[in-house]
Amino acid sequence: MIFDPVFIRLKALFLDLCARFFPEWVVMLASIVISAVVILVMGPVIMMYLTLLERKLLGRIQNRYGPNRVGIWGLLQPVADGIKMFIKEDIVPAHADKIIHLLAPVVTVVPSLMVFLVVPFGNGMTAVNLNIGILYFVAISSITTIPIFMGSWASRNKFSVLGGMRAAAQMISYEAPMTLAIVPVIMASQTLATATIVESQGGGFGMNWFIFTPWGLLGFIIYFFCAIAECNRPPFDLPEAESELIAGFHTEYSGMKFALFYMAEYMNAFTLSAIAVTLFLGGWQGPFLPSWIWFFGKTFLLVCVMIWFRGTFLRFRVDHLMGFAWKFLLPLSLINILIAGLWFLTPAIAAWALTAGLVVASFFVFVKLNKTFVPEKRTYVLAD
Amino acid sequence: MTVAHLKIDLDGFLFIIASSMPYTSYSYQYLFVAIFAVFAVIFAMTPLVLAWFLAPKKPSETKKAPYECGLASQGDSWIQYHVQFYIFALIFLLFDVEIVFIYPWAVAFQKLGLFAFVEMIIFIAILAFGLFYAWRKQMLKWD
Repeated sequence: MIFDPVFIRLKALFLDLCARFFPEWVVMLASIVISAVVILVMGPVIMMYLTLLERKLLGRIQNRYGPNRVGIWGLLQPVADGIKMFIKEDIVPAHADKIIHLLAPVVTVVPSLMVFLVVPFGNGMTAVNLNIGILYFVAISSITTIPIFMGSWASRNKFSVLGGMRAAAQMISYEAPMTLAIVPVIMASQTLATATIVESQGGGFGMNWFIFTPWGLLGFIIYFFCAIAECNRPPFDLPEAESELIAGFHTEYSGMKFALFYMAEYMNAFTLSAIAVTLFLGGWQGPFLPSWIWFFGKTFLLVCVMIWFRGTFLRFRVDHLMGFAWKFLLPLSLINILIAGLWFLTPAIAAWALTAGLVVASFFVFVKLNKTFVPEKRTYVLAD
Repeated sequence: MTVAHLKIDLDGFLFIIASSMPYTSYSYQYLFVAIFAVFAVIFAMTPLVLAWFLAPKKPSETKKAPYECGLASQGDSWIQYHVQFYIFALIFLLFDVEIVFIYPWAVAFQKLGLFAFVEMIIFIAILAFGLFYAWRKQMLKWD
């Protein structure tokens, strides 16, 4: 595996060079700045090409080509979009709260960039391997609710405020099951550090990935649905439902401010998929290829699933959306913690049978409990 | 944690293995997070400043009106909203606080064993009862 730690070696080589000429604190700062700049370049580039990938895939789903005019296969399309965004007029409504209207896009981009710090991109390629990595991720990514509400309230537009209210309700609702779905993984790996969680899934020809256990599968499904809802993507895009709320919370945003909201949304889609890969799909673990290729491959696979959902599913109704979070995902994620506990406290074969049985049983119980109330069949006396 | 960790192995190959990457102390990690936060703010502000210079500025009364599908705006939009949102926020708070207690338990779970597991079952059962109560009281029904 010569190519595996190529980036780490490059950085170490450079730092070693620095260490020969400069004092230690300069080397430390250089180490920080290198990693920070790499992330600050990588985040937006990923976002730009995610937009292209999404448009291409949606195009194919709808039996058309997607963007193919700017550059080969439309590869320069994101650049053209970026230039367009720069030269668009920035319109602020007359009665808006101008300072908060300006702050909201900035506040939304910062946390979505900061989550990149704990993502393990490859073997030893975590920018900061915090020992509370997952807690950091949960804490930082939950900030995204606030700028959306800030932007919507500051716009002083009825559609915006309605979209912002919905966004806040939806995002806090889906945050609870998402954070609870992570708990079994922490129980199994006994750590909150993202890199260590990946390492604990190694070996066994990929069979040690947490998704190949009953609690891991259930946890992954809960986490993934909640992740889609957290970044307001279809079918959970109630806050920006075009057909009823124009553009939801960013109705009054144009130009670069709108682009920043858009950027944060796509970077969130990427990081949430990346954390899903870290937690359940073995992170960078995989044979033959360098670890970072495995990591990006798995992450983009999950992002493609998100795009596929967008291309094929219909939008939820608001009451169904809230009910799905509180009456289905949340109880299941609570039960999943107990199932994971039983898994570790019972011997091997019994654990499989018991937990798999419990997962299936609880799934059907909550499907049954959530059945929509169907009134008695009406009889029309006069019609017959 | 010193420069010695970074020295190239002169035998030929660079054996700086992933897990032994230098700088893993708390001070380095949180310094990194702090510096990165500053970088991220600058990064987010830069395109706004650039767009300020590049974008045209031709405001007019019509443009600055709140967008309501072309009709004149009726009334203010900063009004009181349905109490439903508040109730969901309250239930969310309940579970968010619960998560704060569950995370440390989950890290130590395999060391604590059966007793702590039973305790956690009781803890979750009390909160699940709260959820069940809200469900039965139709608090989770959106209307």
